[in-house]
Amino acid sequence: MAKHFNLTLHVWRQKNAKCDGKFVEYPAENISPDMSFLEMLDVVNEGLIRKGEEPIAFDHDCREGICGTCGMVVNGRPHGPKERTTTCQLHMRSFKDGDNITLEPWRAEAFPVLKDLMVDRGAFDRIIAAGGFISAPTGSPQDANALPIPKENADLAMDAAACIGCAACVAACPNASAMLFVSAKISQLALLPQGQPERYLRVRDMIAQMDAEEFGTCTNHGECETACPKGIKMENIARMNRDFIKASLTYRPATIGGGAG
Amino acid sequence: MSVAEQSIAGAEARGHGFLASSVGRKVIMAATGIVLFGFVTVHMIGNTQAYLGAEGFNGYAKFLHTMLHGAGIWIFRAVLISAAGLHVWAATTLTMDNLAARPVGYRAQQNVASTWASRTMRWSGVILAAFIVYHLLHLTTGTVHPNFDHTNPYANFVSGFKVPAVAGFYIVAQLCLGLHMWHGVWSFSQSLGLSHPRYDGLRRGFAYGLTFLVVGVNITYPIAVLTGFIH
Ligand code: HEM
Ligand code: SF4
Ligand code: FES
Repeated sequence: MAKHFNLTLHVWRQKNAKCDGKFVEYPAENISPDMSFLEMLDVVNEGLIRKGEEPIAFDHDCREGICGTCGMVVNGRPHGPKERTTTCQLHMRSFKDGDNITLEPWRAEAFPVLKDLMVDRGAFDRIIAAGGFISAPTGSPQDANALPIPKENADLAMDAAACIGCAACVAACPNASAMLFVSAKISQLALLPQGQPERYLRVRDMIAQMDAEEFGTCTNHGECETACPKGIKMENIARMNRDFIKASLTYRPATIGGGAG
Repeated sequence: MSVAEQSIAGAEARGHGFLASSVGRKVIMAATGIVLFGFVTVHMIGNTQAYLGAEGFNGYAKFLHTMLHGAGIWIFRAVLISAAGLHVWAATTLTMDNLAARPVGYRAQQNVASTWASRTMRWSGVILAAFIVYHLLHLTTGTVHPNFDHTNPYANFVSGFKVPAVAGFYIVAQLCLGLHMWHGVWSFSQSLGLSHPRYDGLRRGFAYGLTFLVVGVNITYPIAVLTGFIH
């Protein structure tokens, strides 16, 4: 069995959205290198509960890198030091005995801290609700080959669809910009035939909502791409900008007699 | 907390238009940035005539002032002033939005992908703005030039750069221009939606190449005067 070790955590503690928060130091003792980061926090929390203290609140659900809820900034990097890894997939073997670990919530005006390391990411849901869908009438499924899709587009759409909405991109961006997320959600539909009817409406609606949520704007630092656990590429942001330019140039105001002939 | 807290902005927000939107202002910044970098590049090429001596250089200045019966230079000036104004407007409003988007910072932020140049765009930009004003008062209007001669741009240029503090400021400004270009020339293509894996390396290369060329050549002018190579 690998040797257990001790760490010191510096954790942002904040009672609720209204209170001010502060960093509190906790020892994390007897940590196995085989634990996941969240299991390490579970161990620390058990100790806190036993002492009658309030456990550290953090979001988590799947614990296998697919739900996107377990966001926290570990030593200044969203989801910790490993690339293409969510916090739940991070193992304690990435740290060594005596390390200090600073834990902070995602920091953005659009993501109010609810408690400790938990933030309200409802802004992302509202961006999706503003246009991140297709309006397809349901019915019996059509033949799979009825809609030809180039292999390359299918692959790129799939890559964009890998986004789990974790918001590490916002957390990593010096401007707290949500453009990597929004562009992934736009691209996954813009690359496929089913996304075409609403393509140029969607890009304007989603960007309008993104702005209304008071996210920052991309200055092409590239921090998002490095922080993204799913490897979403900045090329998607370029695609979004391209679609937005085209949408702005070709947009027609709705008319009452539209299509009446 | 954001105003949009509970609501979907929808159609009204969509109507807020291109110039109010974040991406729209990024596009303005990039488009005006291209005009300004284009100018800087042409300006650098034009000034290489300083190495031809007084006659060549003054002839070039005369050409600029007389092309299209004197209308040419005013067309250029109008385009440049509009571009600079729009660029500074977009940069200022976007920077304010970005600062407001992260009211509480991190204790331990680690920057991994961003560069020093990308993080200092707003500062290199402000120094450039100050430099542009000074440069116009110095060598265009002569307001801050101790012995300005309206008929002899070459002499103004040489006697201007003989003052070490002046030459020093020009060099510092050029280094800021270099920082702004290092990130900006790459960044504008991204903002305008030009990205493709086959050309991405080329975009970076173009930015670095153009930066070295423009800044490298521009810096030789004050140095050439200070060392007496141009006199
Ligand atoms: C000769 C002068 C200037 C040139 C050639 C220039 C050019 C550029 C270009 C091409 C960009 C990139 C646009 C994009 O990424 O979409 C840019 C960005 C920017 N510029 Fe300028 N600019 C100049 C002056 C200024 C001034 C005077 C300011 C500020 C007062 C300024 C502030 C900024 C800022 C804040 C950015 C955004 C940073 C970013 O996109 O990463 N610039 N500039
Ligand atoms: S783009 Fe990446 S970092 Fe951003 S929300 Fe999606 S998965 Fe998370
Ligand atoms: S808990 Fe689901 S991604 Fe980490």
